[in-house]
Amino acid sequence: MIDLINVSYDTQIPNNVNLSQDKKVLKALEKWHPGYINWWNDLIPQNFQESMVYLRTAVSVDPKGWAKFDYVKMPEYRWGVLLAPAVEDRKIPMGEHYGEPAWQEVPGEYRNMLKRLIVIQGDTEPGSVEQQRFLGLTAPSLYDMRNLFQVNVEEGRHLWAMVYLLQKYFGRDGREEADDLLVRSSGSDDSPRMLGAFNEETPDWLSFFMFTYFTDRDGKMQLESLAQSGFDPLSRTCRFMLTEEAHHMFVGETGVGRTIQATLEAMNKAGITDPYDINKIRDLGVIDLPTIQKKLNLHYTLSLDLFGQEVSTNAANAFNYGIKGRYMEQRIDDDHKLQNDTYAVTSVKDGKIITEDVPALTAINMRLRDDYVRDAAGGVGRWNKQIAKAGIDYEFKMPHEGFHRQIGVFSAVAVDPDGNIMSSDEWHKRKDEWLPTKADGDYIQSLMVPCYEPGKYASWIAAPKVGIDNKPGDFEYVKLHMA
Amino acid sequence: MTKIIDFQTDPSKYRHWKIDYDGPVANLYMDVDENGGLFEGYELKLNSYDLGVDIELADIVQRMRFEHPEVKVIVMQSAKDKVFCAGANIRMLGGAAHSHKVNFCKFTNETRNTYEAALADSGQNYICAVKGACAGGGYELALACNHIMLTDDSTSSVALPEVPLLAVLPGTGGLTRVTDKRKVRRDRADVFCSIEEGVKGKRAKEWRLVDEVIPNSKFDETVVARAREMAANSDKVDVAQGIELTPLSRSFTADGITYSTVEVVLNRSAKRATVTIKGPDAAAPADVDALAAQGAEAWILRCARELDDAILHLRNNEKELGLIEFQTQGDPELVIAHEALLLANKDHWLANEILQYWKRVLKRVDMTSRSLVAIVEHGSCFAGPLAELLWAVDRSYMMLEEFDGDNRPLATVTLSDGNFGTYKMGNDLTRLETRFLGTPEDIATLEGLKGQQLEADAADDAGLVTYVYDDIDWEDEVRLFMEERASFSPDAMTGMEANLRFAGPETMETRIFGRLTAWQNWIFQRPNAVGPDGALQRYGTGMRGEYNMERV
Ligand SMILES: [Fe+2]
Ligand SMILES: [Fe+2]
Repeated sequence: MIDLINVSYDTQIPNNVNLSQDKKVLKALEKWHPGYINWWNDLIPQNFQESMVYLRTAVSVDPKGWAKFDYVKMPEYRWGVLLAPAVEDRKIPMGEHYGEPAWQEVPGEYRNMLKRLIVIQGDTEPGSVEQQRFLGLTAPSLYDMRNLFQVNVEEGRHLWAMVYLLQKYFGRDGREEADDLLVRSSGSDDSPRMLGAFNEETPDWLSFFMFTYFTDRDGKMQLESLAQSGFDPLSRTCRFMLTEEAHHMFVGETGVGRTIQATLEAMNKAGITDPYDINKIRDLGVIDLPTIQKKLNLHYTLSLDLFGQEVSTNAANAFNYGIKGRYMEQRIDDDHKLQNDTYAVTSVKDGKIITEDVPALTAINMRLRDDYVRDAAGGVGRWNKQIAKAGIDYEFKMPHEGFHRQIGVFSAVAVDPDGNIMSSDEWHKRKDEWLPTKADGDYIQSLMVPCYEPGKYASWIAAPKVGIDNKPGDFEYVKLHMA
Repeated sequence: MTKIIDFQTDPSKYRHWKIDYDGPVANLYMDVDENGGLFEGYELKLNSYDLGVDIELADIVQRMRFEHPEVKVIVMQSAKDKVFCAGANIRMLGGAAHSHKVNFCKFTNETRNTYEAALADSGQNYICAVKGACAGGGYELALACNHIMLTDDSTSSVALPEVPLLAVLPGTGGLTRVTDKRKVRRDRADVFCSIEEGVKGKRAKEWRLVDEVIPNSKFDETVVARAREMAANSDKVDVAQGIELTPLSRSFTADGITYSTVEVVLNRSAKRATVTIKGPDAAAPADVDALAAQGAEAWILRCARELDDAILHLRNNEKELGLIEFQTQGDPELVIAHEALLLANKDHWLANEILQYWKRVLKRVDMTSRSLVAIVEHGSCFAGPLAELLWAVDRSYMMLEEFDGDNRPLATVTLSDGNFGTYKMGNDLTRLETRFLGTPEDIATLEGLKGQQLEADAADDAGLVTYVYDDIDWEDEVRLFMEERASFSPDAMTGMEANLRFAGPETMETRIFGRLTAWQNWIFQRPNAVGPDGALQRYGTGMRGEYNMERV
């Protein structure tokens, strides 16, 4: 049992940043730690805090053996500070400093911009844990509960990673920002999380899966572009975070896939072929495909908003200053400076959606969003294959990027999922066709009953094909503490 | 940018602001229409503003006084989510000619001063509720309010990012109000003005950048409560009914503008404009009720509005005309009588508003960067408020004795009570006090001359005019002056006049129009800001400004 008051940071925090020698940062982290533990304890319902969860803990950055699995109580999870191994002689991969040695300290002129980017990234990490805090109560299986908690503790670790950077490299301002990360909270009136998608509710498990598929994928894209940073500690931190993020998206993709699978199997069993025969399908205790499409529409569009304005000075600055690159920067075949290039950006002119070339530097957000859209399409294709295989005539579609947007050029117009601009009145009249209604939510909520028996699953979701850490089907992923 | 800029608007035309009237409280919402820019080539995103947005604001502030005297507290706020105001539109500034930037800043400064002073002048208190980003010109809007409330949502901040971001100054009073009005400690001000992201929450209060920091969940209700409370504690007298500021009677021709009381003649070849003010053609209203019944038709209000518009038009649309000549025509006794009604009823709201408005219009004249001359001909009426023009201008010429073939009444100057404290300049002195800074004892002597129609000799003796000339010399002397003036460098003239006009003590206002504006206008000429590789030009491209590191 860890002594939470006198944490021995030297031994208890797995780290590869030589924390025990870094008295200054150690002191700062020590000061920050009790607030973090309080945050965690206030957040997750108590009986889950006491439960033994079969978790993966990052213990090193060796790609072969970076994690080990074991039962652990969440508050005792070892939130390591781990940076991917330094690349020897790393050079800044883009912008006006292209080819110069990567910075090991923060350059004074970029301090504020770097700090702001780290704070925004850091703010998303605890945000999702807050959104998902009550889901344990309705977990459809111990397997899913374990996955939820795995995602949660890793988001907690990501917060640690960002806080470490703030405290190590950004002085007093950094410490204050680190404290504020625990002050803001998802959906709060007084101090909400910084980005909209992290203040939305995650009311049910399908939302959780959609969130981890679509919104965590935004996180992946952001981390990928921060991993290009000329500020080497940020780059190394983000590279390691990406290994964990991959698991979150796996939870999302397989979660939605298993939901679909349960629906398909139930339909086949009952001999229903019409995917729009919603009432009959719902009578089977599964979620009909059109409702899943509505959930997809919602989470996908909320996630698109996270990419910000299509044309952005801040993004241009961050790229040009060598602070934030593009997805797969090194694999892109150009001069990595973009000072004379253009990029096609969608915009709305005179009531029509058009594409126009703008200076590529200013279109960095748009480009990352385009990469995201391609990346997100993969899993949707696999879900559609599942449906086709079951012989049901239905296909999920990613809605048009202009649909249901709050940020960017499309925020000013009403666009349907097919990309037609319409009057705001018309849109509101029809929005129940495209986005989950209260009734849809109530129905899904009615399915959200806990299923805590090892190896058993709620009606609306199929069992996974493979267990975590290759464990057998009836493995007890969470030993529930019964108060 | 050669489009004619019109300073007249009315609520039916507003695109950028909305107002809810709620008894003694007015909620003023900034809601800038992105596509409503005055010129092509930029979008007014994030509640950023251009001159068009400010023309509406100036109109609102003016109508608030005359049309809504029941209002005691005005709450300035944003109708947009997550942003209060991002300040002046950078692309507009980047694309604008130097002269437009300078005129834009001057007008916005005058508007800020006007609503800032509305409490002292009219009992209307502008307060500010800041939610979301409040940066640059946005914070300058807030600074000109007399009470700033900031929500504590751990994101909203106030900021002056001009220096680090754009290599220019917060030139709409920002630097000056931070130190002079809010009295922020200078080292903290130095920090504040060097960081892009600004200051939020409790520190904003601790540093005196705002007056109140309010938890976000309580913010809206606290703002409402604060506005009601301030309205209840206001000593502004209740007024049931305002007057309507009806559209000006105004017609443009190729070489002039004709208003009902003002005639502007443009002499483009001589690079000069003549502004002739016609005195009242009827007796003053019998009392303030009669004045209120006349409303915007009353000569003394009509004249102020028309003169104000004429000055703004000349400043912004006739930049080549370097000399403005003021003339008047009419009966000085009538001018005195119309002013006297107001002076005798200063505690009547409308009388007060009209006097305060004359004060502002005359300041607008002081602040006009053209050579100004008053030509006091026979038949003129330089009396009371119109006499102020004699001391607002750089020089004055007065006809002495009878002129051959001219049967108009002899030129005179008439002083009134108004000349001794009603129309103070930006330096907080009257024009006469400023004029006689070295001989303050002369003011008492001048007070003794009140009400007398002083002919040229007497006016000259009293030091009220620069030169008096008789029939023989007049034409040559005036012509020579004008020709000489037209030959000087306009830059040197502007600089010289601005320095000579404002003798005496510094005030926040003179510091804004003098120190801050001069430095800003210098920076606006320097390559570090406006050169092809300067920060202002490069803003938005992702590339940084390149600076010549030599300190000048
Ligand atoms: Fe994360
Ligand atoms: Fe994640």
